[in-house]
Amino acid sequence: MESVSSPLRCFGECHTAEKYTDDGVETVTSVEQRKVERSIQEVVSVYKQIHSLPHTTAVFATMTEPTLLRDQHYQYLKKGLRHLSDAYECLDASRPWLCYWILHSLELLEEPVPTAIASDVCKFLARCQSPTGGFAGGPCQAAHLAPTYAAVNALCIIGTQEAYNIIDREKLLSFLFSVKQPDGSFVMHIGGEVDVRSTYCAASVASLTNIMTPTLFQDTPTWIVSCQNWEGGLGGVPGLEAHGGYTFCGMAAMVILGKEHMLDLKSLLRWVASRQMRYEGGFQGRCNKLVDGCYSFWQAGLLPLLHRALFKGGDSTLSLQKWMFEQQALQEYILLCCQNPAGGLLDKPGKSRDFYHTCYCLSGLSVAQHFGNMDLHHELIVGREENRLAPSHPVYNICPEKVAQAIQHFHQLPVPVPAQKEGSSACNTTTDHS
Amino acid sequence: MYRDRKEWADLEPVPQDDGPNPVVKIAYSDKFTDVYDYFRALLKNDEKSDRALLLTAEAIELNAANYTVWHYRRVLLQALEKDLREEMRYITAIIEDQPKNYQVWHHRRMVVEWLNDPSEELEFIAEILSQDAKNYHAWQHRQWVIKEYKLWDSELEYVEQLLEEDVRNNSAWNQRHYIISHTTGYSDPAILNREVQYSLKQIKKAPHNESVWNYLKGILQDLGLSSHPGLLEQILELKETHCSPYLLGFLVDIYEDFLENTLEHHEEVLSKALELCELLAREKDTIRREYWSYVGRSLQTKYGSTSNRLIWIHSH
Repeated sequence: MESVSSPLRCFGECHTAEKYTDDGVETVTSVEQRKVERSIQEVVSVYKQIHSLPHTTAVFATMTEPTLLRDQHYQYLKKGLRHLSDAYECLDASRPWLCYWILHSLELLEEPVPTAIASDVCKFLARCQSPTGGFAGGPCQAAHLAPTYAAVNALCIIGTQEAYNIIDREKLLSFLFSVKQPDGSFVMHIGGEVDVRSTYCAASVASLTNIMTPTLFQDTPTWIVSCQNWEGGLGGVPGLEAHGGYTFCGMAAMVILGKEHMLDLKSLLRWVASRQMRYEGGFQGRCNKLVDGCYSFWQAGLLPLLHRALFKGGDSTLSLQKWMFEQQALQEYILLCCQNPAGGLLDKPGKSRDFYHTCYCLSGLSVAQHFGNMDLHHELIVGREENRLAPSHPVYNICPEKVAQAIQHFHQLPVPVPAQKEGSSACNTTTDHS
Repeated sequence: MYRDRKEWADLEPVPQDDGPNPVVKIAYSDKFTDVYDYFRALLKNDEKSDRALLLTAEAIELNAANYTVWHYRRVLLQALEKDLREEMRYITAIIEDQPKNYQVWHHRRMVVEWLNDPSEELEFIAEILSQDAKNYHAWQHRQWVIKEYKLWDSELEYVEQLLEEDVRNNSAWNQRHYIISHTTGYSDPAILNREVQYSLKQIKKAPHNESVWNYLKGILQDLGLSSHPGLLEQILELKETHCSPYLLGFLVDIYEDFLENTLEHHEEVLSKALELCELLAREKDTIRREYWSYVGRSLQTKYGSTSNRLIWIHSH
């Protein structure tokens, strides 16, 4: 295990040279980029001032190292799991997401969830389950692949029999068939839009709950491949600009389906490696756009997937210690620039905290700290040892033990037989019309 | 409040049932609770009426991401045979206000499909892009409209205008690729050459613009970077006055393509490629140190002679 107490990469002499070169041609892109760099510089110089004060006591010295504000984040998460302000009205159709973002953040922080609240989450998610299968954004809403993904992940994090038993596997399978398109893609919900997120959501829940049938993902890999573009990354649908979130979803889905080699892994690797910002240390979502803490997971999280895929493909030149991105730089970005002192993490300095960014900044921090898998494990912790987070599974983004446990449980059950069934409706019928 | 309105007195509001011990409980405002209690009531009764349509607009205003409400609104529009032109005006206003929401763009697409009328689309999307030239939903909608209704003709001109305004707009570069791939294609040497020249021109203006370098590689990689006559020489020339980590990476790509496709000068080309990987890893693109080291090792393994291979790998 490697512990980096100092020096920080962002304190190095060469760091300022990494700032954006606009060649004297100012455009909206370069102006915005330079604004962000200025704000990062501000953050770094404040840290530097603290760091250069005399270390008269050991206590003082530890305060000057980048510190993950564990207690503050814990309080923020603990509260949010029960109560959210009206600022969250905009996420009223994403409440399973809130469960997942908070529970995953807690598991990364290795904070246990009290049994009572875990049971309450189960009961709530049961109310979000649609009578026709899949989970909705809230009670009596229509089923949608995104909250379905989030609900299944949240239940797997809880990992009790009660949690697993909530999922109606037969209905879930029929929901997946109901959103499947002839060209291999999936719509996000009945009457909804298609994009590559849906394939990841479907593949994730189907593989965890053991409901994959031979035809469920027919033509899906071909469709995902068609989303890879001239840049090397994947867009939301064929033709669109390469984007971190969509690229993660496509790649992870392909890994689940065992078809990752259909993608051009080399150009994907070049694309994602190029998304790490030389000055900020964090990742951008698209070429020539701004850094954002959440891409610490969507982008950096691709490197473990690529590493594994290349290794499977017989590559003997892969590193045995490090991912193919600058792990230290990413950790510094998250720890110095993405923490709210009152708890919670965020996009970049000046932005507000939220549970989505808390989840994905912490997930990215975990990816940057942990190289390898069960057999081969190499840690690189920036700052104090207490900054260490639990490792996360690179495909599902829940802890690997929870993945193994869920798969073990559901593989004891038979794969449901797909059938076209009209579900009886507890809430109403209108939402189920196409 | 709906609860106080006479015209709604016949409907019993349906409170949200989160259960006895709720989690992720949102402290809804009074207004929010009121509107959604009545929305749930409408849904329960499967009511199809004008007042229901009006209520969906209020529900949307409170949470435009509620896809259940949008779906219901579409059901109502069809059932009540509403004026879709008016719906276009409505969705135009909503998108202007909340252009980064999935549901609003999907709804617009549905209305355009029902009307089978894309005539307002390119202008509308251009207006949204004038406020945020990289809005992903806007570009997605734009690509769909153009493909569906075959509106390719003036798009390259539009892309050039956007690149004139911001040569670093990666979405515009992507659109450029989209248009050309779906119209003339890149196999015509005249087209390919035009695009290469256009790219080199933009490189000279702003050498540190990653988008144009990616575009240049993107359009040449199928044919092979080493196959384009004189390109290597042009890049080596640019290296003197317009160098950047992107140029150096591009050189690595050209050399790699040479190694892949020619048998002569292998050792010389390989050594140049390895030298560049080293330079990038050590000095010019250190954030990608691990990546460039890997590229070097891979090239050495694939193209190196056994003895050199072992020496090189062990030193990296």
